[in-house]
Amino acid sequence: MNVAVLVKQTPDTAELPKVTVAEAQSGELQATMVINPWDEFAVEEAIDLSDRFGCETVAISMGREGETDALKHALAMGVDAAVHVDERVIDGGDEWATAEALAATLKMVDTGDQVELVLAGKMSVDGNSSVIYAGVACMLGWDLLVNVTRIVDIVDGKLIAEQAFEGGQETVEVPLPVVISVAKEINEPRYPSFMGIRKASRVTIPTLGSDDLEIRPSSTTRWTDLDKPEPEDVQVRIFDGASVEEKVTQLADALMAEKVI
Amino acid sequence: MASSTDLLYSEEHNLVRKMAYDFTRNEVMPIIAEHDRNHTFPFELLPKMAQLGFLGICLPACYGGAGMDFLSLGIVSEALEYGDSSVRETVAVHLALHALPIFQWGTDEQKETFLPGLACGDHIACFGLTEPGAGSDVAGIQTRAVCEGGDYILTGEKMWITLADVADRFLVFAKTQLDQGARGISAFILERGWQGLTTGTLEGKMGVRASNTGWINMQDVRVPAGHRLGEEGEGFKIAMSCLDNARFGVAAGSVGIIRACIDESVKYALQRKSFGKPIAEHQLVQQMIAQMQQDLDIGELLVWKAGTLKNQGVRNTRETSMAKWFCTEAARRAADNAVQVHGAYGYSDEYNVERHLRNTKSAVIYEGTSQIHTLMQAAYTLGMREDRPLRCPMPAYDPDTWQ
Repeated sequence: MNVAVLVKQTPDTAELPKVTVAEAQSGELQATMVINPWDEFAVEEAIDLSDRFGCETVAISMGREGETDALKHALAMGVDAAVHVDERVIDGGDEWATAEALAATLKMVDTGDQVELVLAGKMSVDGNSSVIYAGVACMLGWDLLVNVTRIVDIVDGKLIAEQAFEGGQETVEVPLPVVISVAKEINEPRYPSFMGIRKASRVTIPTLGSDDLEIRPSSTTRWTDLDKPEPEDVQVRIFDGASVEEKVTQLADALMAEKVI
Repeated sequence: MASSTDLLYSEEHNLVRKMAYDFTRNEVMPIIAEHDRNHTFPFELLPKMAQLGFLGICLPACYGGAGMDFLSLGIVSEALEYGDSSVRETVAVHLALHALPIFQWGTDEQKETFLPGLACGDHIACFGLTEPGAGSDVAGIQTRAVCEGGDYILTGEKMWITLADVADRFLVFAKTQLDQGARGISAFILERGWQGLTTGTLEGKMGVRASNTGWINMQDVRVPAGHRLGEEGEGFKIAMSCLDNARFGVAAGSVGIIRACIDESVKYALQRKSFGKPIAEHQLVQQMIAQMQQDLDIGELLVWKAGTLKNQGVRNTRETSMAKWFCTEAARRAADNAVQVHGAYGYSDEYNVERHLRNTKSAVIYEGTSQIHTLMQAAYTLGMREDRPLRCPMPAYDPDTWQ
């Protein structure tokens, strides 16, 4: 059993507010691009599974030509291989088209053994759709687990995992192959090592294009408008008072008046 | 906008940059303001930095180092000081002022004995040159080393020593020939626990409060001859070459401070409103931010130039001095402007900029005051100063043998 991890290259969270509507529409972002922070948990889990079960790991990302920073980061963290998918294969398509291209890629990647587990972060900090991995599972006809907080074991062709839901947690068992989205509680992503960085910087990452993937992506949704909300006008109030108790009383009254508490 | 990081640095460097900045944002920034407030040393960061290889980043792998180049050292220094000067200082003192001098001047036996423990952080090291009565005037140090039965007996006191009360290895300088001025100074590696060696912490610092600064007292400390670094009388040259290493880190770290000041000032200026509009739209605020950006762009280039020369094994005393002089003054200017942009809030420790301002005041003093660097640059330009070849130059970076 080998493991694939889906990663996306997103604007650095600190720079996300600076991304303009025009940049988002054109895809020509000025922001520093990094690995989607949610995907780092998936990468970490893939590396951990590699240590636990001796499986090979491959990171897959779709993006613009040459946009491989997220994949390099995953390699520097410790995944064994990486594959880049040129986003032109979906011709501006939507999440469904993206899932179709990634599913086709998963069928193609050769890691020496069959990929039977696909990991992904639960969402991306830019698109925020949380549907790509679901689409991939659907395209592949595999089971799907979401919001997984722990992979307990993989034994006899079955995976046992804990997943969180609103107000609780459950332990489930599914047959392989399976697609899993991971929650941030699952692990603490490691920092890339200097050795990993050296290795990653020397790797040439293969890119798959239209000639490599036999897909006919169909897009059912397209942007008709894109808007960026104005920042909220935040009011600051500083409470005067002779004592902490007096200030806290005023603060509590104000919070109740605003129906915050 | 083309970033100098894209133009000047390799993909490997940019991966190091992301890792080091992630470390600073995740591990340093959440805790450092409280340490600064309490004047406490962030001991919890040492094992984390050691595990990532920061403490031996530009030492060859055969000595337990990470085998990265000097530009990578600059990048990590920049990222750490983006969080706080104290954390960058730890790497600078431990690595640039202790481990690298052993790498440069040590015998094969000394390198094999001392460097692995330093690279992995089993030992934390410092550098003792300054004394209560001698700072810039290095030849005026009073610490004495008397040869006795094949050993040296050291007596004296060192002052303003970063990590004095944290380190367990000390590179100290002492006079072996009292009448020889700078030529009578020798360098010695001391170990905590040796009889007669005591250390203490200095209180009441204006800045770098999350760093440990203290004194080293030596009362007839017996030092084996095998712990003398370099030849007898070579201490002044060793000390000056140490400063070539450390000043590079100071310069790079100052670039980190400027970047932090820009990030914080831009964020604040776009949010804070006065006279019905964000203060970022006021031209005098724009002037301060433009000045910071100009300083950042220049500082990055100077650090890159010095780091590139180091990688090539080219003597870089002038270039490193220029980078240190410019970048520390620019960082002080940037922090001052950042406080001004933040107004009254900037004067409070609710924001980071006042801490950067206090920290930058020390940076224009240590590792050669701005006045010393001014005189050095004038002397180079006027033809009054020339760097002679060293007996042991710092080796050029060689990825094939260092990794």
